[in-house]
Amino acid sequence: MRHSPVSPTLLTGPLSLNRWDILLLPLVFGGLFLLAWGSRQMAAPYEFGEALPISLDPASLPGYALRTVLRMGIALVCSLLFTFVYAKAAVSNRRAEQVLIPLLDILQSVPILGFLSITVLWFVHLFPGRLLGLECAAIFAIFTSQAWNMAFSFYYSLRMLPKDLGQVANLFQLSAWQRFWKLEVPYAMPSLVWNAMMSVSGGWFFVVASEAITVSEKSISLPGIGSYIAVAIERRDLAAVGYAILAMLTVILITDQLLFRPLVAWADRFKFEFAASQEVPRSWFLELLRRSRLLRLVMTLPVLLWNRVRPLVPQRQTFRLPLPKLRYWRRADPWLDSLQIALLSGAAVTSIVLLARFVLTEASGAEIAQVFLLGSYTLTRVIILTALASLIWVPIGVWIGLRPRLAQRVQPLALFLSAFPANLLFPVVVSFIAAHRLNPEIWLSPLMILGTQWYILFNVIAGAAALPNDLREAVANLGLRGLLLWRRVLLPAVFPSFLTGGLTASGGAWNASVVAEVASWGTTTLTASGIGAYIAQQTVQGDHPRVALGIAVMSLYVVLFNRLFWKRLYTFAQRRLALD
Amino acid sequence: MSDVETLLELRRVNKRFASTDRREDIVVLKDIDFSLHPGEIVAILGRSGCGKSTLLRIICGLTPASDGQVLYRNQPVSRPVAGISMVFQTFGLFPWLTVLENVELGLEAQGVPATERRQKTLAAIDMIGLDGFESAYPKELSGGMRQRVGFARALVVNPDVLLMDEAFSALDVPTSETLRGDLLDLWLERQIPTRAILMVSHSIEETLMIADRVVILDSNPGRVKAELPITLKHPRDHTAPVFQRLVERVYEIMTVEAGEQWASGIGHRLPSAQVAQLLGVLDEISHPTHVGHVELPALADALKLKVDDLFPILEALQLLDFAQVAGGDIRLTPHGQAFLDADIQRRKVIFGEHLLKRVPLAGHICRVIDERPNQRAPESRFLRELEDYLSEDEAERVLQVIIDWGRYAELFAYDYDAGMFSAENPGEEGAES
Repeated sequence: MRHSPVSPTLLTGPLSLNRWDILLLPLVFGGLFLLAWGSRQMAAPYEFGEALPISLDPASLPGYALRTVLRMGIALVCSLLFTFVYAKAAVSNRRAEQVLIPLLDILQSVPILGFLSITVLWFVHLFPGRLLGLECAAIFAIFTSQAWNMAFSFYYSLRMLPKDLGQVANLFQLSAWQRFWKLEVPYAMPSLVWNAMMSVSGGWFFVVASEAITVSEKSISLPGIGSYIAVAIERRDLAAVGYAILAMLTVILITDQLLFRPLVAWADRFKFEFAASQEVPRSWFLELLRRSRLLRLVMTLPVLLWNRVRPLVPQRQTFRLPLPKLRYWRRADPWLDSLQIALLSGAAVTSIVLLARFVLTEASGAEIAQVFLLGSYTLTRVIILTALASLIWVPIGVWIGLRPRLAQRVQPLALFLSAFPANLLFPVVVSFIAAHRLNPEIWLSPLMILGTQWYILFNVIAGAAALPNDLREAVANLGLRGLLLWRRVLLPAVFPSFLTGGLTASGGAWNASVVAEVASWGTTTLTASGIGAYIAQQTVQGDHPRVALGIAVMSLYVVLFNRLFWKRLYTFAQRRLALD
Repeated sequence: MSDVETLLELRRVNKRFASTDRREDIVVLKDIDFSLHPGEIVAILGRSGCGKSTLLRIICGLTPASDGQVLYRNQPVSRPVAGISMVFQTFGLFPWLTVLENVELGLEAQGVPATERRQKTLAAIDMIGLDGFESAYPKELSGGMRQRVGFARALVVNPDVLLMDEAFSALDVPTSETLRGDLLDLWLERQIPTRAILMVSHSIEETLMIADRVVILDSNPGRVKAELPITLKHPRDHTAPVFQRLVERVYEIMTVEAGEQWASGIGHRLPSAQVAQLLGVLDEISHPTHVGHVELPALADALKLKVDDLFPILEALQLLDFAQVAGGDIRLTPHGQAFLDADIQRRKVIFGEHLLKRVPLAGHICRVIDERPNQRAPESRFLRELEDYLSEDEAERVLQVIIDWGRYAELFAYDYDAGMFSAENPGEEGAES
């Protein structure tokens, strides 16, 4: 039987360490030391424009890896805070929701480089004379590759909150704070953890783009694995690329074992189900934490402290937020509705005018048309690649999903593969294309889908694994086989989860086009014409109006493509093929 | 009587939902007047859809009333108050909290200090018989044990008034009987500080086993139809003739509105009953051991039907003129006999004839389909019409019933994907390999 980590009986137990403590202590102290070292490096003095030397010596890799991980960790914490505030705001206010949710959809479609090139100078000015500004810019870039899908997942969880639990919380008069931590966060936890894992994979995919920053023709490489890879590619150092792959593998493996596996195992208790499931995710590290007496003791400290402090804090009535003031704004008043629409349309028109003026300072109308054309090239690539990836991974995913033991092993592997940055394949791809004199317009394209095809795979696996047992038995009983089996049972059954995967994959491919349409290996640079290459090139030249143009056009394509294609299929699937 | 003290008082409580059209609102509860005094258990009985669960939610401040007032100790209730606690039909437990943490929740919200909280929680767990399960998660418990957690959580805050929303109906019969018995013992022995219990139920027998007073609600709109004091001493014996007479009396009161046999118009709330259920009941009535008529309690017993399931069937049978209910008895009409005696194909014909004759909505749909050149009509058209009379959910439910009946009678076909009614049966055009 499991016990909650905080239990009063602990305090009455002997104060001796057990063997789990002995294992855990060095780990905890080591972690603390590394954290301190990494943060000190971040705050080092620095003048903008100064080149930071990156050494290709494998011995410096652990240090780089640590700093990359630290950035990702900070970004993840920020993403979590953002998620809580943003999704909660969207759910508790109808008017805010009408703006915030579509906005999230658009933010998701903006490529990471777009955020980076626009914000980096601002961050640098925020902390003059320190490296912290650049670090913040990099962290912000990683944040933008993590936060949106987490916010979406939390928002959907809040919308789906079981009605009776909400009533229980109201009836027993839980405060907004208690309701958030006792009901809303726990309910959202499993999907939040899952999305955080996907987010971190996304962060790895863009690790080079977020660390080796090129702004206004100045290239700055923040110490980290991403910069290491960038320099290795620039110097055609194949051995260094190998080391980088090895270091990344190790880091991902360690974060998986020490962070995500324990989180998944822990989040299992928050699953909203009342039947005990047979297959419970396990993690050795979580068990270690649970068995360690010292850690449990440490965990009880805040509770004890709170109980001491609590009587000193004024009664909770004074804690109530001044909500009645907001009530007027929430009302379903047609006059307010029109006011909101008027304000929004005003803001939209102003933005379009401002953006157009900004863009037109540099680019002519003909160039704008040209950018739209480039967008359609990338669109063609995205469609063809998503279709190809689906053709390959759907059958394989179904095959794996029907074998539960295999599925359990393949899913983490797919997650790892999705973290593999496209840049690491540049040496292979560029040399191959150059040696065989292939057309880069076609042969660079696969790099786009490289990281995101795995979303199709593991969503299909999950869909096939969820096929009810009685359905499978009925299929066997009827003797369904071959094409008929696929057409009538397997494909319809996995279709809804395939759509989730396909949507993520195609969205990711758009973003990846920025790093995939321009590939270089040493001095050889191959370019495929497309909007991704356009954005990448303009960023290097520091041409802000053109970067803005590129990003705006790409976002437009992504949002339209999602609305007109994926969302429609999604509604169809929900109506027709839902398995319940 | 005990006019001296009234715990809860409802004054002309109304609940209306705005209809999608700007016509008049849909009335769910109408002018409910009622009071709850210390020391009594009151049960609210009514058919499904009479608004009894809504009423409970208004009383405990979860849902606002449209009109009228709920007074708790002479103070109006507009949001949840500390003295009123509720047990939910679906338990409403937090799966990520242990039994202990679930029970503790209400005290925690009140800001009770940790040691006192723990002590009270353990006492409540002890009292309700959950000893030893403190650290278990809800998913490790059986349904009965889960509802015990629900009771412990409601009682630990020492409520004056305990509300029970179908608290036993998600449990199997022996489990619910045990739990009910335990609760009654606690109440009779004054082991719980609760001063009055108000329960909603759809089981007549369960109600009569514990309640001191039964309030019977009418449906469409929900209003108090009758109040029945139960003076039987505890423990009550459900086989005793006095008890049986009470059961029959309640059935009689609940079926009084039999006068309204014709559907009032296309907005009539068709009862949710399936054709197979109608046949099952007809079959039971015609059984040779009953001489042409059956008493309702016996019928419910023989078919193991709860009130919520039985009454829609009875209503449908009367609506279609297959049976008549009077004075707590049900008998077949000649049409009902003919319907029962026919073979499968003939039954469909008879059912269709009665549907067209007695349910205006069926005729309306057929006429609309006929008038259309392509003999098809979208469901949204009929939904919109129904929403003039019914709430959105109710309109969908009624349309669902008529689709089911119409398909059985082969009056029209309905395509789920397209949401389209049509005259001809699919099969020829839509045939797939």
